[in-house]
Amino acid sequence: MTMAPERIDVRVELLIDQRWFAVCDLSDLTPGRGVAALLPDGTQVAVFLDRTGQAYAIDNRDPFTGAYVLSRGLLGSVGERPFVASPLLKQRFDLETGRCLDDEGVAVQAYAARTQEHMGGVSAQVA
Amino acid sequence: MEFNPRLMAIQVDEGGGAALRRTVEDMGLVVHTGVGGKEITADADGAVTAMALSDGSSIDTDLVIFSAGVRPRDQLARDCGLTVGERGGIAVDERCRTSDPAVYAIGECALAADGRVYGLVAPGYEMALVTADEIAEASRESGFTGADTSTKLKLLGVDVASFGDAHGTAEGCLDVVYADSRAGVYKKLVIGADGALLGGVLVGDAESYGMLRPLTGSVPPVAPEQLVLPAGLGAPAAIGPSALPDEAVICNCHNVTKGSIRSAVTDHQCATVPEVKKCTKAGTGCGSCLKALTTLVNDELEASGVSVDKGLCGCFSYTRAELYEIVRTLRITSYAALLDSHGRDEARSGNGCEICKPTVASIIASLAPTVGASGYVLDGEQAALQDTNDHFLANLQRNGSYSIVPRIPGGEITPEKLIVIGEVARDFGLYTKITGGQRIDLFGARVDQLPLIWARLVEAGFESGHAYGKALRTVKSCVGQTWCRYGVQDSVRMAIDLELRYRGLRSPHKLKSAVSGCARECAEARGKDFGVIATSNGWNLYVGGNGGADPRHADLLAQDLDDEQLIRLIDRFLMFYIRTADRLERTSAWLERIEGGLDHVRDVVVDDSLGLCAELEALMADHVAGYRDEWAETLEDPERLRRFVSFVNAPGAPDPTVKFVPERDQVKPDLTILSGPSIPVRTLETLEGAASR
Repeated sequence: MTMAPERIDVRVELLIDQRWFAVCDLSDLTPGRGVAALLPDGTQVAVFLDRTGQAYAIDNRDPFTGAYVLSRGLLGSVGERPFVASPLLKQRFDLETGRCLDDEGVAVQAYAARTQEHMGGVSAQVA
Repeated sequence: MEFNPRLMAIQVDEGGGAALRRTVEDMGLVVHTGVGGKEITADADGAVTAMALSDGSSIDTDLVIFSAGVRPRDQLARDCGLTVGERGGIAVDERCRTSDPAVYAIGECALAADGRVYGLVAPGYEMALVTADEIAEASRESGFTGADTSTKLKLLGVDVASFGDAHGTAEGCLDVVYADSRAGVYKKLVIGADGALLGGVLVGDAESYGMLRPLTGSVPPVAPEQLVLPAGLGAPAAIGPSALPDEAVICNCHNVTKGSIRSAVTDHQCATVPEVKKCTKAGTGCGSCLKALTTLVNDELEASGVSVDKGLCGCFSYTRAELYEIVRTLRITSYAALLDSHGRDEARSGNGCEICKPTVASIIASLAPTVGASGYVLDGEQAALQDTNDHFLANLQRNGSYSIVPRIPGGEITPEKLIVIGEVARDFGLYTKITGGQRIDLFGARVDQLPLIWARLVEAGFESGHAYGKALRTVKSCVGQTWCRYGVQDSVRMAIDLELRYRGLRSPHKLKSAVSGCARECAEARGKDFGVIATSNGWNLYVGGNGGADPRHADLLAQDLDDEQLIRLIDRFLMFYIRTADRLERTSAWLERIEGGLDHVRDVVVDDSLGLCAELEALMADHVAGYRDEWAETLEDPERLRRFVSFVNAPGAPDPTVKFVPERDQVKPDLTILSGPSIPVRTLETLEGAASR
């Protein structure tokens, strides 16, 4: 006979209007890649996980093309700073600040992100 | 038959002519020198039977071929009443003026002041300079009095070169000669009384021409006899361009010296080869000096403290080819492990970058069966390395939608399958277009629709066409012998065989191919990375072709191959390319870049000069045995399918920004929705509604 271990969910949360909003489970993310998620007001965000397990979030819209695709770019780092390269024309965006590394005048919004353990497993899915 | 006492009398001396003759006769040809044709006899039907020679002898033959050499095309001058030479050519003076001082003639139509007609491009450029100065009334000390006719060419496959004072006409000069009749090699250097190299003749091995020619006129840095010895017999390592004096001419087409190239870097701040080319024109003619030019530019940059980094990206100081060798020999199957063990110090334990991740993923995929990695590009860590196209096994388009290209091997498709493609496109509202590679592209799929669409396609027997990957795309074909009255082989069958053999093969860049059923070349095989053209005896294999922005006709690698020989040679060629090419370097650029070019590739893959062929074939056999359809595999795995959603927290909801508007009875992306900094948003409530529908 085996005992079922108590279930612990790790959720990825973004700071939206001074409140932490759970967008997905940590297990939904692959290190080095991103996913797109919807905020309550319909805004699209791109959520990423780096090699060390740190989560990041920025706007999903690529300001150079207007397409909502930043979540599908590849992660990288310059020194200590993580970035995502747009999958369309490859401009890089700093994941902590949202600044474009290839064009000083361009930036996307960045969100504070954290991973948080929750007992019991309430689904973070909204639909 | 040669009227002169030896072959190529102008270019080579007696010794060189004898070596050349021996090599040519070893090929089974009979050479007659010092004689001319006197009479051709024919039978009653007018067919040739024999040819009588000027020495009284006769040759029985049914075919006579005349080779007339170069004659100046001077009819225009004759019609104008200008003076022409006795044996043709518009007579000009040192200022390139014809007998009418208002008319100039330059290039191979002109008979220069020294009584010679120059058929080479460099003297043509020089005459153009003289003429331009003359017309502009610029003062100029010297006119055109003759030019260096140094040349390097191949006669029946034998290298022949001569340069400078090849016949030793200068007073007091002496010869240094190396001759090996068994190997068919003859090399002679003419050395002046002061020890300077004046000229030379090279037959059978003209490799050192590029090094010797610029040395002409100066005292060589090593003893002249060392310059003619073959490698391994006391010859120094080839004298690189760095050892040449500043006045040595590097680019013969534009007469650019080493000194000018160096000053382009130091005085004109050129930091790359393309900049130096633009500044000096060096390397923009025939391009044969590009290697020397690159060495000189890099040397000069390094000397002035600019480090020339050949590394792949900010994370790796190794080139792609070096990383390939590291992965292969150390059997590394993880990007993270490779970055932490072989990355630049500052990049180790970091996240890598968008350049090296797909590159390493491609290397691991190419070598998967050999190094023991999963051949499936979305397995484990490999999934995180792929560009978005490979990640979703489809091609990202400008509005964030994807396009889909099922494989249609050789461009052959049944009516039933055509109907399935039509039905799928209609049911999902996709825009359809025929591609240049004889396939059908379906545009406008949302990421969440991809598995649904592919379930239908796989069910009907389609598989991934890898249009999203740096991999084999298509093998185009014409209908060939089966239907075409001109066809000499079954080009469709061969195209299908090749496409099925190399499908899924990850490579440094995309690979395209084609098979034509006859020399009319309707499949455009010579515009492909590897192209096959049928002959009555089998197949000719061409490599390194390209269309696009930088078109290049493919070069003939081997001819009259049977099916088995053809496939073996393509196996080796592709694996050698995958092993040695840079990231995103097509076969055409690779062939131009690698040392020795096509000859080297032929040595390696046809003659096995590096002893690599067995290994290259084994690598390809591993690939062929390990091939699986990526889409069929993805559909079988619920874990993998979880990725195909627009939103992680609303899996059933479509992306509201991927919208379409009508265009010519189909759809096109609605780009208005993407323009402007803010977009119409939909709330979670409305999306929930959409998801449940």
